[in-house]
Amino acid sequence: MTEQGIGAAVARREDRRFVTGQGHYTDDINRRGQTYACFVRSPHAHATLNGVDTAAAGAMPGVRAIFVGEDMAEVGPLICGWAITDVNGEPFRAPPHPALAIGKVNYAGEAVAVVIADTLEQAKDAAAAVEVDYGLLDAVVDPAQATAGGQPQIHEAAPGNLSFEWALGDKAAVDAVFDGAAHVTSLEFANNRLVPNAMEPRACVAEYDAGSGEHTLHIASQNPHVHRLVMSAFHGLAPEHKLRVVAPDVGGGFGSKIFIYAEEVVLTWAASRVRRPIKWTAERSESFLTDAHGRDHVTTAELALDSDGKFLAMRVDTTANMGAYLSTFASAVPTYLYATLLAGQYTTGGIYCNVKAVFTNTVPVDAYRGAGRPEAAYVVERLVEAAAAETGRDPADLRKTNFVPTDAFPYETPVIMQYDCGDFAGSMDQALDLAGYGGFQARKAESKAGGRLRGIGFSSYIEACGVAPSAAAGSLGAGVGLWESANIRFNPTGNVQLFTGCHSHGQGHETAYAQIVADKLGVPYEQVEVIHGDSSKIPFGMGTYGSRSAAVGGSAIVKAADKVIEKGRKIAAHTLEASEDDIEFAGGNFTVKGTDKAMNIAEVAFTAYVPHNYPEGLEPGLDETAFYDPLNFSFPAGTHICEVEVDPETGSVSIERYAAVDDFGVLINPLIVEGQVHGGIGQGVGQAMLEHAVYDGAGQLVSGSYMDYTMPRADDVPSYDVGFNGVPSPLNPLGVKGCGEAGAIAAPAAVMNAVHDALRDVGVGHIEMPATPLRVWQAIQDAAA
Amino acid sequence: MYNFEYKKAGSVDEAAGIVGADDEAKLLAGGMTYIPTLKQRLAAPTTVVDLNGVGGMDGISADGNGVTVGAMARHAAVAASAEVAAAIPALADLASHIGDPQVRNRGTIGGSIANNDPAADYPAALVGLGATVQTNKRTIAADDFFTGLFETALGQDEIVTAVSFPRAGKAAYMKFPNPASRYAIVGVFVAQAADGVRVAVTGAGPCVFRVAEMEAALAANWSADSVAGLGISADGLNEDIHASAEYRAHLVTVMAKRAVAKAG
Repeated sequence: MTEQGIGAAVARREDRRFVTGQGHYTDDINRRGQTYACFVRSPHAHATLNGVDTAAAGAMPGVRAIFVGEDMAEVGPLICGWAITDVNGEPFRAPPHPALAIGKVNYAGEAVAVVIADTLEQAKDAAAAVEVDYGLLDAVVDPAQATAGGQPQIHEAAPGNLSFEWALGDKAAVDAVFDGAAHVTSLEFANNRLVPNAMEPRACVAEYDAGSGEHTLHIASQNPHVHRLVMSAFHGLAPEHKLRVVAPDVGGGFGSKIFIYAEEVVLTWAASRVRRPIKWTAERSESFLTDAHGRDHVTTAELALDSDGKFLAMRVDTTANMGAYLSTFASAVPTYLYATLLAGQYTTGGIYCNVKAVFTNTVPVDAYRGAGRPEAAYVVERLVEAAAAETGRDPADLRKTNFVPTDAFPYETPVIMQYDCGDFAGSMDQALDLAGYGGFQARKAESKAGGRLRGIGFSSYIEACGVAPSAAAGSLGAGVGLWESANIRFNPTGNVQLFTGCHSHGQGHETAYAQIVADKLGVPYEQVEVIHGDSSKIPFGMGTYGSRSAAVGGSAIVKAADKVIEKGRKIAAHTLEASEDDIEFAGGNFTVKGTDKAMNIAEVAFTAYVPHNYPEGLEPGLDETAFYDPLNFSFPAGTHICEVEVDPETGSVSIERYAAVDDFGVLINPLIVEGQVHGGIGQGVGQAMLEHAVYDGAGQLVSGSYMDYTMPRADDVPSYDVGFNGVPSPLNPLGVKGCGEAGAIAAPAAVMNAVHDALRDVGVGHIEMPATPLRVWQAIQDAAA
Repeated sequence: MYNFEYKKAGSVDEAAGIVGADDEAKLLAGGMTYIPTLKQRLAAPTTVVDLNGVGGMDGISADGNGVTVGAMARHAAVAASAEVAAAIPALADLASHIGDPQVRNRGTIGGSIANNDPAADYPAALVGLGATVQTNKRTIAADDFFTGLFETALGQDEIVTAVSFPRAGKAAYMKFPNPASRYAIVGVFVAQAADGVRVAVTGAGPCVFRVAEMEAALAANWSADSVAGLGISADGLNEDIHASAEYRAHLVTVMAKRAVAKAG
């Protein structure tokens, strides 16, 4: 490890500009002649659109244009890019999703029209003057009821509000195991719906250059090339070579900025009509109403154990709320990103999972930090903890009894995953130490003396990240490849620009990627610049989500660096008058084996651009591009242990201790990784105790602002004890595993298991997330009654 | 925001003149509620009369009788005031827990009580201490000032200029915050006030109210146990996704008990 290479805890170079207000976000972009868009949104969750009268609004000051759904008939509808085959062999039902509603609105907040005016205030004034004739319909909101008879029907193309029913596993075999099991643990619970709440709201600025016919879309996106691809191929807005998509600094995504939304489609289309740049920035209330939400499952789960506590089989039945339409990757979340993780860290023999994906009159639900895997970890780890309590076993011991042993890798699970490596028991032991498990009973007694209930909870999660390989993803329905690109460009003076197809919106790529390049090429870290987010600069890229940027994006960088070294070897061999085979590369120097004849990579770069004395037939320049398609997912795993104290008088829960031991393989930058763990746990704590997107029966979002939607604050989370137990992945050249989502995947179960443990003493058997003071207090009252 | 006229008043009389002549004109103090309301286009005033230019409205002073806080005094100033801390520490403590640092540095006592949000903290202090509200026209006892949900005794051209808090014996405020907004789900101010024991509850109902039964019990025996067994009816209390009426009623007892314990 060099001082600023792989493994060094380098402070993030991008933070100075972020914390001093020098970042450049989409809303900071202003263009000459810029106009503003304001969307007319349905206040109703379910209604027919009987007419939209724009006459009065269109005559108002500053208004350039008003468009409704019918005006955009030439533009393809929003799509879902992951096809699922129903259990009956039919394709999933993906009803049309026009960017602006046509004929009917299906959730409160759905865009009905757009007003484009010279100022934002003028656009808002005119939007308020657009008269929409709605024919109110009853709404269906509760996913558990959506497919029941007599419910309002949302889409003609999806009878019974069912998008698809999908299953994984051998039901008959699993049922047979259950029939003969010594013990069966059964739970029913919801996985609460969440609002993503990136700090920067969604935003875009669309421009059209009539001279060149080129469109430019600046957008807060996690994957600008995916935006370009979909907007060209499916919406037909412009051919790819005439559409530039730029995602500048982006203030958080958590999944919500992966997707192709109505607003960017409308703006890109409209900019060429009004011949003016158009800006739209979501207000926070628009973010609540229109960002794709996360989670929202209703699940029945069962675990069969033998008399020794071995897990024999698992049976899971889940209803997943898709919202009103299938968002970009929505269908993958409760299927291939969920059921495939139900083996957890265990050798469970058989697993069967059935999933119904249903439509409701709520905003679409799609991937949100963890995407399917938090839901899976919650199912597995709640079941395991409940089984331990029911059978009188120590929850740590029960887990250890069932862990996939270290010598069993690669390990094939019953749910189509192959785990590459891991040390589950080692992480558990380390976590037990870090958590001070041995002292728990004493702390519990102390709490009890003070009138408080103390509980401890475990979460031995596993997740799959860096979705891959492309061919496998394609065979499961993915509409895209999931490789990544990197372009390393040496300049003649020896400094380096790395162009990556991943996108940093909080991950710290500008630092971590520069560390990889510095490490591999032996150039000073300060001389490496990381460039991302602009389709006119980057060859192509699939973006950043699913904790893929280190394992997939980082591996592409290594491949590109290898190409640079190979070309450099030729140049050095020529200059040093040696055979290529005799040239060794280390620490930035090409050396003739066994001699002190050497040439620095910066000198090689200079020679490549000033090729006066140069190998015959070799192209000038030192600029290499690599595309990397991963061999498999990477499987981060670990054990988190949470300790809570409950105030039974008020129902308040406080997290007293939180220990996390994670296996992320090789750490590129431990400081960034620890930050990712903290942030992920914070979001997991948010889901477990605080956050809840609540719709009322009419489909109105009740928790539609920070007055009612509880974001985690500093005083809601403890000081974490974080440890690592990295087992390098054999499947990528860096040995890394993704770390971005692990905290959010592990934490909900750890927290809720601790809450259940604390409340067990007062007879509470079950409590749902979020475990708010009201819910905890009510559960205690109900148990006492 | 909708368009409106903005006038920065130089005096209370000037501000009162403007709002007296125009029912649709509105006063702006700290703006912690009103600016978001304007930004969300939930209000369309003709004129916003900014009181931040009126001098001499933000003073805090103490004498033998108690503490007088100027209407434009920021919550942070009350929280940090040595005079308040010496005379009525419970008042400084309450102010230190209003909102967040940004709110405390902008929000004013006058703005807060004139708005009379049912979950605001200050109404509990005013009623709990038996304070007197001074306006440009008269003085109003706190018991008479808060008249209902977002309603006060203030007339259209009446402007709060200061609040006088009499010294109290033991006093404390305990708040159970809404997890999201951090407003009070229930806040209880207990005091051995100048005119007897007072128990004032905010957050639980549509408007701050007193609990006579608890006051009598504490007058007889100032101890947490005195109120531990006393409950209030859930009838008419607020209900939302964070707290049922029953939960709020329960929390009134718990917070009252804890406030008495905190007061010593």
